[in-house]
Amino acid sequence: MSRALRFLPLALLGIILAAMVWRLANPGDSVVRSKLAGKAVPAFSLPAAIAGKPALGSALLATGQPRLLNFFASWCVPCIGEAPVLDQLKRRGVAIDGIAIRDRPEDVADFLARNGDPYQRVGSDTDSRVQLALGSSGVPESFVIDGRGIIRYQHVGPIEHDQIPLILAELDKAK
Amino acid sequence: MIAEAGLEALWLAAALALAQLLFAVVAVRSQPEWSDAVRAVAVLQGLLTLFAFLMLIAVFARTDLSVALVAENSHSAKPLIYKLAGAWGNHEGSMLLWVTVLAMSGATLAAFSRRVVERTLIAALGAQGALALGFHAFLLFASNPFARLSPAPAEGRGLNPLLQDPGLAFHPPTLYVGYVGLSVAFSLAVGALLAGDVDQRLARAMRPWALGAWIFLTLGITAGSYWAYYELGWGGWWFWDPVENASLMPWLAATALLHSVGVLAARGALKAWTMMLAMIAFAMSMVGTFLVRSGILTSVHAFAVDPQRGTFILILLTLYTGLAFALFAWRTASLKEGAPFELVSRESGLVINNLLLCVILGIVFFGTLYPLFAEAATGEKLSVGPPYFDSVAGPIALLLAALVGIGPLLSWRRQSAPFARKLAVPSLAAATVLVTTIILAPDMRLLPRFGLAVATALAIASLLPLTGRNFLRVPLATWGMAVAHFGVAVSLAGMASDSAFTRERLVAAKPGDTLQVGPWSIQLHGLAPTAGPNWTAIEAELRASRGRGVEVLKPQTRYFTDPPTETNEAAILTRLNGQLYTVIGKPTGDGSWQVRLWWKPFVTFIWLGGALIALGGVLALAGRAFKGWRPFRRQERYA
Repeated sequence: MSRALRFLPLALLGIILAAMVWRLANPGDSVVRSKLAGKAVPAFSLPAAIAGKPALGSALLATGQPRLLNFFASWCVPCIGEAPVLDQLKRRGVAIDGIAIRDRPEDVADFLARNGDPYQRVGSDTDSRVQLALGSSGVPESFVIDGRGIIRYQHVGPIEHDQIPLILAELDKAK
Repeated sequence: MIAEAGLEALWLAAALALAQLLFAVVAVRSQPEWSDAVRAVAVLQGLLTLFAFLMLIAVFARTDLSVALVAENSHSAKPLIYKLAGAWGNHEGSMLLWVTVLAMSGATLAAFSRRVVERTLIAALGAQGALALGFHAFLLFASNPFARLSPAPAEGRGLNPLLQDPGLAFHPPTLYVGYVGLSVAFSLAVGALLAGDVDQRLARAMRPWALGAWIFLTLGITAGSYWAYYELGWGGWWFWDPVENASLMPWLAATALLHSVGVLAARGALKAWTMMLAMIAFAMSMVGTFLVRSGILTSVHAFAVDPQRGTFILILLTLYTGLAFALFAWRTASLKEGAPFELVSRESGLVINNLLLCVILGIVFFGTLYPLFAEAATGEKLSVGPPYFDSVAGPIALLLAALVGIGPLLSWRRQSAPFARKLAVPSLAAATVLVTTIILAPDMRLLPRFGLAVATALAIASLLPLTGRNFLRVPLATWGMAVAHFGVAVSLAGMASDSAFTRERLVAAKPGDTLQVGPWSIQLHGLAPTAGPNWTAIEAELRASRGRGVEVLKPQTRYFTDPPTETNEAAILTRLNGQLYTVIGKPTGDGSWQVRLWWKPFVTFIWLGGALIALGGVLALAGRAFKGWRPFRRQERYA
């Protein structure tokens, strides 16, 4: 066996361990300051993700009141965990719009039926174009958008139960 | 007193683990007469750890609330079985179970292994001592299960009915035995590389350990999958969640090891590869434990996560895997590969099996850790979902399943007789299934369609090694192989059938409405509130019928108050040809309720196949243990 091949496992292990050490040293921080904060939502117009629910466009986000824009997908496991939290936010009067990423209408309908539907409107972003335009790289991810359609806050990863006050405070600030 | 005795035993066992390591170094380096001391210490260490574990069981059985762990995880009103299961249903207790299995494995190896070269065995026991020492230290310094609580509370806090489930009581220990059983294969590989004796005897000593651990992993994963299926109420049976992947990865590595160790045992080939696999398999077990305990990946499974403990496990993982891989790099240069083999032979069949398994392992590993790598490298945060795993690993797994049917028909070293003739029947059957599904179900997706075809071919091909022979004289190991491979076909058929033929209805129904799903007509008879110790629930009564007879199903939606959560308790009706899976959802406001119904034809085959695979392992293990069961044949024809 060649020398390079014999040392390959050790080298790979080194890389993997380095990534793990990095993660332990930098515990996951789900609060990320977006570069887009303070900028207007890029113009977009998405078709409705499921039948019977209105479509979503950037113009519809500037309603005079702050809103929460949530990126999700039916194939995303953490989104299932986030669903009850969104439900609670909705019950507290938060207006939430959703964008389904790389999804099929029947799967979205399934997902919403199973996990609850907190959204007023759901757009379908089949090729992640809007997601990328908003500087989001994964699901779930949420944006606080103020009444004039300006992004005020970006939340990467699922909103946890104990982060509800944080989101409510951001929404309050956006008023 | 009981708790103190357990703690003392643990300290003593830790000291003995250190002695085991040091004595082994002395014995291997210069003075072989120390070997007996190593064996004795290994056995004693195992017994002391077992004693400590029994003491933990005792404090849980008595509900001694002055022990912090009991106060946090138990309650005097729990049924005894869940009191006992509570002993390992938490971090500290489960780590003690881990160490107990580790130490008892070492003791068993010391007491009963006669197959392997003495020097290799002693070196392996030294390695096992080093492993035990690290995990003892972890237990004593970072997760002491016997810590006292003063003053003792009047009652314990652990009466979570969600966790009082027979599945949860036995699923984790089964997986643990599998995880830790692989440590012996790891230690034997390390011992053999240190002693420079990688040979067929080593492989024969390693095989039962790999096989035994693999059986437990298979059972654990199968049971876990079924638990998720009936408990989570999503109708799915595998979610590619990091915690599920953490148990799948050691299984994939162990499956590969099981097959390559057979090549090494029979032909003396694949030496370096087998040693690497033995190391990777246990490394994957440690990675799995680390992922679960450190919480570095987002999972739907909630564990008590503690970065401190994560750091400790990561240090152990780095130390053991790093040293083992360095040893591999340093020692394998001198390994001489055994008998050569030709392109079409049993050996190359097993090499392909190993490569495919490792590719799947790589895909799962990469997919599981990709969010971590991506964030470390670019700062991006993302998650990898089932579409990746299904579409990337699925086709390869299917290819592997197809080859599983062919491999056992090849002969060692060189296939001289043409074997294509043997494949005629399975191929024909697969083609028939393909054509039939194209005609009858043209809309079926590609993966389930080929899944059904491959499952059919494999089911027939897996039994071919038994044909044309006197059944009673077929070695038990060959029976084991046939049964396990047949199990793969059964499980695959279940997966394909579930994904292709499942009928699903989601409707808002009023009491009295009748709904159709598949062959069933189901009446929503009524709804009633009901309550448990810390939950209230809405229970629906469904009356299902397909022709004659009426079955009653009672799915629930439960509302827990602390923490406020909502769970769906599915009601499942099992029939020979499938399962009716029912879930009751939320009220829609106009007097109707969301009702979700699935008819899943042959879905039970998934777990039945898993059980058959494990049974095959048991037969193979029994066949190796009782050689007398095949008196007329000495040569191992099918491994």
